[in-house]
Amino acid sequence: MDSVSLIGMVSVLAAGLSVAIGSIGPALGEGRAVGEAVSAMAQQPDEAGNISRTLFVGLAMIESTAIYCFVVAMILIFANPFWDRVVAGG
Amino acid sequence: MTISPDALVLWRWGWLHINATLVFTWAIMALLVGGSWLVTRRLSHGPHISRWQNLLEVLVTGIRDQIRQVSHQDPGRYLPFVGTLFLFIGAANLLTVVPGYHPPSASLSTTTALALCVLVAVPIYGIASEGVIDYLRKYTRPTVLMLPFNIIGELSRTLALAVRLYGNIMSGTVIVAILLGLAPLLFPIVMRLLGLLTGMIQAYIFAVLAMVYIASASAVRGEGESTGNEG
Repeated sequence: MDSVSLIGMVSVLAAGLSVAIGSIGPALGEGRAVGEAVSAMAQQPDEAGNISRTLFVGLAMIESTAIYCFVVAMILIFANPFWDRVVAGG
Repeated sequence: MTISPDALVLWRWGWLHINATLVFTWAIMALLVGGSWLVTRRLSHGPHISRWQNLLEVLVTGIRDQIRQVSHQDPGRYLPFVGTLFLFIGAANLLTVVPGYHPPSASLSTTTALALCVLVAVPIYGIASEGVIDYLRKYTRPTVLMLPFNIIGELSRTLALAVRLYGNIMSGTVIVAILLGLAPLLFPIVMRLLGLLTGMIQAYIFAVLAMVYIASASAVRGEGESTGNEG
């Protein structure tokens, strides 16, 4: 198998795997965070504004790990440096 | 399919390439500055205020309230920087309702520039409120051993700010582009609506995180030391 097809195959596989595996952790974390926030809001409705602001900031931080995986997948598919190098090199 | 408006060159002359990011960034800046200038030309104190003045007052008081709640300090010093960040990113993300518009925040160069602004603003505000020595001493807290980790944390949260905004907005546009090929009737519109929501939330989060970083660097001693340092 020549290196072009090998790099293409590995890139596509790795892109899919990075999104698939990388979204498991943030999904669990976000579900837990939202659940805790909702029960906290149910106990203390007066603090709902405070809790939801902290929740949004926390969700953004949790979500950024999934976003990193997505960015890596996008780089592997659309802007793969190894692919460019092999194609440019012949 | 392009994943960044940087690749979309609208006009080139020699080494000078004007891409979509530049054009739309300047368009947003012109819109914000021109709109504010038009509205603030005739301000009134009386009971009858124009609806646009009302809009700006709501925005400014809202941002001031949020800054006060996050930082527990007087919002006056932080309002120009944090408010500008919020309004720029919010406008950049909301204008995706205009056809033919490419959000400049879907380009990594724009978001990196914004994150670098935050990276520079944190020590400026910190030194302005505490002095050079006290600000630098914060890096050696709780022990001197933590010095490299504090510096790495400073850099990595800048990277996180940039990549978070870029990834969210770029994923919105890429998903719409993919759906246009798969199910072009209704789904892209629904995803655009979701993109408007995430765009607004991301603008809010960017501004709040910038405020949290600045507040933790310039907090009154003994207070706010536990405000977030990670991300």
